Amino acid sequence: MKMIEAIVKPFKLDEVKEALTKAGIQGMTVEEVKGFGRQKGHTELYRGAEYSVDFLPKVKIQILATDDLATKVVEVITDSAKTGKIGDGKIFVSSVEEVIRIRTGEKGADAI
Amino acid sequence: MNIGKFNLRNLGRAATLALLLTSQFSWAQEAPAPNVAAVETPTPAPTEAKKEDPGAAPAQFTQGLLDQIGGAKVALDTLWTLVAAMLVFFMNLGFASVESGLCRAKNTVTILAKNFIVFAASSIAFLVIGWGLMFGDGNPFFGTEGLWFVGGADNSPAVGDAYKGVYSSINWTGVPLWTKFFFQLVFAGTAATIISGAVAERIKFSAFYVFSFVMVALIYPVVGHWIWGGGWLAKLGMFDFAGSTVVHSVGGWAALTGAMVLGPRIGKYNREGKVVPIPGHSIAMATIGVFVLWFGWFGFNPGSTMAADAGAIGRIAVATNTAAAAAAISASITAWLLLGKPDLTMILNGALAGLVAITAPCAFVSVPSSLVIGLIAGVLVVISVLFFDKIKIDDPVGATSVHLVCGVFGTLCVGLFAQDHFTPNTTGNGLFFGGGPKLLFAQLAGVAGVGAFVLISSLIVWKIIDATLGVRVSADEEIEGLDIGEHGNVAYPDFVSTTSGTSRSYMGGGGSSVIQHVPQTAPVFATEGGKS
Repeated sequence: MKMIEAIVKPFKLDEVKEALTKAGIQGMTVEEVKGFGRQKGHTELYRGAEYSVDFLPKVKIQILATDDLATKVVEVITDSAKTGKIGDGKIFVSSVEEVIRIRTGEKGADAI
Repeated sequence: MNIGKFNLRNLGRAATLALLLTSQFSWAQEAPAPNVAAVETPTPAPTEAKKEDPGAAPAQFTQGLLDQIGGAKVALDTLWTLVAAMLVFFMNLGFASVESGLCRAKNTVTILAKNFIVFAASSIAFLVIGWGLMFGDGNPFFGTEGLWFVGGADNSPAVGDAYKGVYSSINWTGVPLWTKFFFQLVFAGTAATIISGAVAERIKFSAFYVFSFVMVALIYPVVGHWIWGGGWLAKLGMFDFAGSTVVHSVGGWAALTGAMVLGPRIGKYNREGKVVPIPGHSIAMATIGVFVLWFGWFGFNPGSTMAADAGAIGRIAVATNTAAAAAAISASITAWLLLGKPDLTMILNGALAGLVAITAPCAFVSVPSSLVIGLIAGVLVVISVLFFDKIKIDDPVGATSVHLVCGVFGTLCVGLFAQDHFTPNTTGNGLFFGGGPKLLFAQLAGVAGVGAFVLISSLIVWKIIDATLGVRVSADEEIEGLDIGEHGNVAYPDFVSTTSGTSRSYMGGGGSSVIQHVPQTAPVFATEGGKS
């Protein structure tokens, strides 16, 4: 099983969610995060004092998928989250040891 | 009210007489007793009555009818003064909103608490002794008679020579004693609450609590006595119509010393000497606050006539509004030019600066003058905010720039822009209107005298409080946020705060999210039906 973490632009969340559910994904976890990559920040003034705006708001989507679905999920996210402009985000894929459904105690692929 | 023969004609006559009487009375907060026709001896106009009413029975100008007319004037004056006082009371909400909006969420409770308790403390302190020290007859520096609980002999609403009592300095206004007290009380409260902005985010609640009592019991009334209580500055010919000095600069000086004694917030000035921004958590709330203050000022300035003087209160209201608007505009332009963008917090400070600056001169100057005064105040406040940061005096909300700097400026504006015809035989003409520098010198004396007194006395009080209770919270508490440390409350328990103790960036950034402000007891919404 794979954990797919995608950091995307906040306004893209709905589009990504729709695309994923259409592709058969039945669940996801979403967090509001901030971050930056090579997209540089800039400086602003608050009452005359300078500060740098480095971190930008992003949304992190976590999806658990079986190995065979993982590639499809990455593809779907990439297509729906892309704007072509800098700051589109990144996707991380990692292996997951175990998945348990709390309500029933099911494990593994049954728990997804 | 028994009007005898109650018909429209008599009512018309009563109104005419009331208008005749009203125009005789002066109404400046600190005016000496001018030629005043006392209520009991009006000048009736019987021929006028006959002209209006040919063929009908002649009107009976009995003493009873005249007393009723006088009573109507007192009622009207009282009504206006009280409503204006309620507007000024409402300004406490404005201060609370501005200050908490311009500070961090983790300190919201403590800032609101300070603004709340300060009015309660002011109410009691002014009742117990403040009023007496300020308006009681005494010496040129403070009152000595009728000190306690507004208990001195008094026959208000009698005015001028007809007044018999120990609060002679305020016998020029024809309203009852408790109306005078209440109106003056809300002004005292305003002076005290100014301080809470400059000392925000690091002052101990107990320290501020104690200072508030001392401020309204002693410091404010003494200054008030000098200028409105018939004291030495009044005798010197200094004028402060609604309180640029008495209220705003007094609050401003005490705010300055408070900020100095406390020192800056942790992280405000970094090791390289750079100024670090610590943004407020709700500019929306700050804006609401400034609107409320602007609104309240329509009680602050026009209400200071303490009379329903139709000829004056509209003009004063317009002068007030014009100064605020002009200052907001000039502040926006100044910020735009100096800082690149029109920082809303600077524009908000700008409007307040104009309001503070026009507070002293509002009754004595023309509306065009108020425009000029506002324009200058707006520029002044922006520069002042930058200046105080330059000299490392940390004022989270700009209270010193708005109230101290513009309070002083507004006071001096009386000496520049006053025109005699607005209030004949009081201020005379200011420097710009052919009166020479005499008035300006009196204003300068006031600024200097009040400045020295409040600077020294407030410094002493802060130092005593620091030596006993301690004024500043611990570094740990300051970083965690005073809400929990001082009050055991959390302002926004539903939200996790991710700003660090020392913010270096915002707008989606938070430097390092060192501190997680997690609520002690997160609200739990249990749904029995199993819907998670």
